[in-house]
Amino acid sequence: MTAKISYADVEVGTELPPQSFPVTRAMLVQYAGASGDFNPIHWNEKFAAEVGLPDVIAHGMFTMAEAIRVVTDWVADPGAVVEYGVRFTKPVVVPNDDKGALIEVSAKVAALLDDNRVRVDLTAMSAGQKVLGMSRAVVQLA
Amino acid sequence: MALDQSFVGRAYPPTAPYEVGREKIREFAEAVGDTNPAYTDPEAAKALGHSDVIAPPTFVFAITFKAAGDVIQDPQLGLDYSRVVHGDQKFAYKRPVRAGDRLSVTSTIEAVKSLAGNDIVDIRGDVHDEAGEHVVTAWTKLVSRAAEEA
Repeated sequence: MTAKISYADVEVGTELPPQSFPVTRAMLVQYAGASGDFNPIHWNEKFAAEVGLPDVIAHGMFTMAEAIRVVTDWVADPGAVVEYGVRFTKPVVVPNDDKGALIEVSAKVAALLDDNRVRVDLTAMSAGQKVLGMSRAVVQLA
Repeated sequence: MALDQSFVGRAYPPTAPYEVGREKIREFAEAVGDTNPAYTDPEAAKALGHSDVIAPPTFVFAITFKAAGDVIQDPQLGLDYSRVVHGDQKFAYKRPVRAGDRLSVTSTIEAVKSLAGNDIVDIRGDVHDEAGEHVVTAWTKLVSRAAEEA
């Protein structure tokens, strides 16, 4: 396992490069196919409205997959992620237009742990709302 | 109606092995727009110390969630799946999932709660490879929202 970032080079508060991830209806359909989660709340606005949602929403697992890219791009080796957890606090609403929605993710080192591991806390926002809560990863650094 | 507390601690039999394929990992990585070569190029993965391409951190959910279906659809538990939303998700990895793995999941109900009419079920999925080695554990919190009053 080869993390690009060295434990010695980070401290509590070190910020990871933030990223923004677009999400469109077409991407949700592609994710449904790849993940096997065909729940119609992720592609059928009539169904979404019937169960009380404002519109089609992104899979929580899609948002979770995008957010961790801030960490995996930082360390280069995705295998360096040893723990990752989130709470799904607000849905990412994806309108049926050319733009869709944007998931904006920032992250910083929150704690230095044993064995060259660090805890990274992530913040994921969409349309001004926090869409993931308690979003944390434990990462094995070099 | 509150869910039956006696389900706490119940474990379900291990699932039949799921064989992780390189092309399935590629398909997943493309679907989330992630171009990290560790997911698609065996040489790049080997340069990082892995024996083959590895899967993105959330990939294994597709396998553990399918296994959790045995719990969710257990008629004795009586969860109203049409009202279920995903509350929390967590993974703890012993090692990354990689192409060629044959993974089996054992699901256990860790908690059953009813809060303000919402039914909440915590399911732990322990994932083992063909050699019986632990690969990853997934914790999934499902919330079946209270039905509106008629």
